[in-house]
Parts: sequence; C-alpha cells; structure tokens
Amino acid sequence: MDQQQFQKVVDEKNPKVPYFMNMLKAFIVGGIICTIGQLITFFYMRFFPFTEGTAANPTVATLVFIAMILTGTGLYKKIAQFAGAGSAVPVTGFGNAVISSAIEHKSEGYVLGVGGNMFKLAGSVILFGVLSAFVVALIKTILVNLGVVSW
Amino acid sequence: MISSLVTAFVVGGLVCVVGQIFMDVFKLTPAHTLSTLVVLGSILDGFGLYEPFIDFAGAGATVPITSFGNSLTHGALAEAEKHGLIGVLTGMFEVTSSGISSAILFGVIGAFIFQKRKTTY
Amino acid sequence: MVNTFGTLQFTAKTCIANTGIVVGPVEKDSTFADSFDEVLSLETEKNETNEQAHSHLIEKACYWAVKNGHTEIDKIDVLIGGDLINQLSPTNFAARTLAMPFLGVFSACASSMESTILACLLLESGNAKTVLAGASSHHQAVERQFRYPLEYGAQKPKTAQWTVTGAGFALLEKDVKNAPVVTHATIGRVVDSQQKNPLHMGAAMASAARDTIERHLKNTNSKMADYDVIMTGDLGKIGLSILKEMFQDENSGVVLQDAGAQFYGNDTFFNAGASGAGCSAVVFFGQIYNQLKKGVFKRVLLVATGALLSPLTFQQGETIPCIAHAIECRMEKRG
Repeated sequence: MDQQQFQKVVDEKNPKVPYFMNMLKAFIVGGIICTIGQLITFFYMRFFPFTEGTAANPTVATLVFIAMILTGTGLYKKIAQFAGAGSAVPVTGFGNAVISSAIEHKSEGYVLGVGGNMFKLAGSVILFGVLSAFVVALIKTILVNLGVVSW
Repeated sequence: MISSLVTAFVVGGLVCVVGQIFMDVFKLTPAHTLSTLVVLGSILDGFGLYEPFIDFAGAGATVPITSFGNSLTHGALAEAEKHGLIGVLTGMFEVTSSGISSAILFGVIGAFIFQKRKTTY
Repeated sequence: MVNTFGTLQFTAKTCIANTGIVVGPVEKDSTFADSFDEVLSLETEKNETNEQAHSHLIEKACYWAVKNGHTEIDKIDVLIGGDLINQLSPTNFAARTLAMPFLGVFSACASSMESTILACLLLESGNAKTVLAGASSHHQAVERQFRYPLEYGAQKPKTAQWTVTGAGFALLEKDVKNAPVVTHATIGRVVDSQQKNPLHMGAAMASAARDTIERHLKNTNSKMADYDVIMTGDLGKIGLSILKEMFQDENSGVVLQDAGAQFYGNDTFFNAGASGAGCSAVVFFGQIYNQLKKGVFKRVLLVATGALLSPLTFQQGETIPCIAHAIECRMEKRG
C-alpha cells in the first residue's frame, strides 16, 4: 500500500467532525458567558461610578476571577470539552490558559515555575495583540499625516 | 435591559462560532485562533469600527478576546492623535488591558490557593 | 529467516516467570481490572510532584513482580525500564531506590517490548539469570510534557487518546516451569507515514505496526491465523481499524486486537482509547500473561507501538515517525 492509498484509508477512518453541533455549543456557551458579562457590567454601572465604556475593565477582571475559581476546581475543562471555542474565545479562556499554567508549574517554584511558564499558552495572544496594535496605529498615523484619512 | 442581554448573547455567541470555525474547519490550534481574533479586533479598531461595535453589542463585544486587540490599539491611536508618531509607542504601554493584568494576578493567586487536582474523570 | 533484519529467535527457554502491575485510580474500571495487582487511590499524593508519583508507581510495580515471583530484590541481575518523560527521570529515580544494575530505554510507547527484547538477549547469552523488564506512564506527567496543563480547557477530538497511569514489569528467567516462553522477537524500524497530528497518533503508528508484523510473519514463516491473538499496544480504536484495513487481504478478523482500544471499554470520555508506555506493559504483562498461563492463549504476538515525536518536533512542523517492537510468546502444554 503506497503513501497515497494509506492517506486515503486514514481520511476514510477519520471520525466526522460534528461541525454544526460544535458551532451550536460554542454559540450557546459563548453567548451565556457574554450575557453574564453584560449583567456584571450593569452591576458595576448601577452600584459604582462606571459608565458603559469604563465598566468593561472591571467586568473583564471579574470574569477572569470567575475563570480562576472554575479552573482551580477542575470545572473549567469540563465546560471547555463541551463548548470548544465558546469557552476559549471569551476572555475567560485567556484567564484559564494563564491560570492553569500557573497552577501546573507550582512544583517548580514561584520564580522559575509559575513565573517562567505562566504565559506558555497565552503568550502568543499578548504578543500579537501588542504587535498588531503597533502596526495598525503606525499605519493609521502615517496615513493621517499624509492626509489620506482623518482620525 | 433585556434587549442588551439578548444582543450580548447573540453577538458574543457569533464571535465564538467564528472561533469554532477556525478550529474545526481551518484546523488552527486554540493559540492560533485566539491570536488571529486579537489581530482582527485590532484591525477593526484601526478602521474605527470596534467602538460602534461595542456601543451596539455591549458585553458581546467587550468579553471576547477581540476586545484585547481593540483596547491596545485604541490606546495607541489615542496617544498618536495627541503626540504624533511617538504616541504610538507611549500610548500602547499606557493602556495595559485589564484582562492581561487580572489574568497575571489571578494566575499567581490561583497557583497559591489551589492544589493540583486529581485527574478528573 | 530468523536472526536477520531484526527478527530474533531465542533458543534458550527465556520465560516470563511472573509480573507486577500497578495502575492509577482512573484505571480502576478498566476492562482489564482483574489483572491488576494494585490500584492506587491517588494519581499524585498531596506533597508529591507528578514525576515523584511516577517513580513510586514504577517502584511499586517492580516490588509486586518480585513478590509474585517469590524472589528478592537483591536477586535481580538487571533492571530494564523506560517511560515517556524527559531524560527518563521517573525510571532513573526509581532505579536509584531499587539499586539494581539498570538500563534505561526509550522507544516511546513501544518501550515495554524494547525492555523485554533486551532482557531476553541478556538471558539467552547467559549474561544474566534474572531480569526485570517493563515500562510505565503517568497521565498527569505526560499531559504536562506533551500537551497542556491539566486544567487547561482544550477541546479534545475523537481521535485523541488518554495516557494510562500504570506500570507493568515482568520478571524474566530461563527454564521456568509452566510459564509463557518468549520464543521470537522482531525489532521495529522507524516508519514515517507523513502524519502530523499529535492528537491522532493511531494513524501515525499503524504503519510501523504493520511493518513489524509483516516482517515477523515473513521471517518466522508464519501466517496470522497461526496466532490466537496479535495485539498491538496503543493504536486506539481508529488506529486499529486502519491497521485492519491494511491487512484486509489476510482476513485478520478477530486475531488483530489493540490493548488501548479495549482498555477503557466503550466509554466515549476516553475518545479513541488508552495510550502510553504503561498501556502495553500493563495489558501484555497483565491480562495476556494471565491468559497464556491459563492456557487460553497458546501463541501470541505482542506488538508495542510508539510515536517518536517530541513537543519540539511538533512545533517545528515535523511529521511523526513511529516504531513498533514485537515479541512472540508461546505456552507449551505441560504434562
């Protein structure tokens, strides 16, 4: 059996990815997390001097706090197996990536273990966020200075 | 208020569906998917589209990881408007996304409080 | 033709005198539960690291093998063992405690058979009288090294496998009464079928298993039907179906089985089944050994399969080369 035939067998035997169900589950869980986020935003606006715009910050911090509790108690990954992108895309997913790495590497101490490994999974998000912000802002600033666009 | 909740639910859900498509159809790893979404959020803010998106969808736009890209770019652009090209650098480092700081903080607190779990099954 | 191109024939009666099998709590409900000597209640104790727990697992399995074999630790001439962790630390640290002459081996999940083949070679040449050989894996330690932190929420596909927490060690001696005899072995070759997905190792390893089985059958002048069972280590449910497809013409039918595919039964939580260096060790030295001793099986071919990737090779975009080592065991009818 040559490579081509073998690849055909592998592809045939590959279990079908349940695309629709995965998307539905991601939609529902992602939607729920954002709805909870919205409720938290209203809470901060009602009881603290935050506006709709500035309440996003404490909302995100609160969601990450919740992610910490769920990660530490082992519930987050059960939700994630079900929800896929529904739990990875909201900021809770970022929190889970950082927190799970931190907890895992406690055995190597706080400096080398926790500090050195905390961003193993989430580092690329920070890197590309900063890089992209830089490039976009640079391009826009240049275009504004050339008079092509306005702020 | 109810309509805000429904909008947040639907929009947030849809952003997650985009992520799921990246993972299932394009076979990207979670790290690749999230990095792509962050860049997307950043580009949308470059076109001035993310702020209106937040006005429309509320938490549906601020909770997904795309908002990281937005807030970093927004800070850079705000400073650039005031101080020109150098503002691009100073502005970005002024606005540390609360998501990143809280993740670091709760990460170490979590490591402190939580014991390694038994393998859950 | 034996003794060529990797197929060995052992003319001295190299036997599996006895075995020791210790597993973790998740393996408690395994299909093969009856063959375990000890099931630990915690995978990792509170003040232990994963790697320390892994070492203790290995030590316990070795003590069980020695106890079951009615011998003593200081009667063992050589210990041969392997695991999946960097630099074989868990096995090295266990060997420190066991304080016997020690050879550490690595062929990923094929390590159990690599250890056994080397043990038989030492016995046959008369260079050792009693050898302890086996392999082990620890779920948490392997996940952290190869995949993700334990609590990370990544969605696993149906082709993914669950690493077994388990250690299986065999006590090998010559001329043991009423014990299965290792008559032949085939040393695997590294085969690369261009698979890149570390969450679908069954597809990557199937070609290596096929290469070893084909060579063994050809070199020993045997057919599949001559065996009661040909069992691979951890191809998993999907990997096994790929292997069966590759052997379609030989009507493999019931003869071809996989330890990993059966390990956790039909529970879909474990997706495609069990994997890990401990998987083949625990099943081959546990269930299969028992069946041989009872006379249920008289002639078997045990093929442990290993995927030779590292976390680095995956990040560098490499494919996954694999290897499969095999031993043939026979149980002669004793009067």
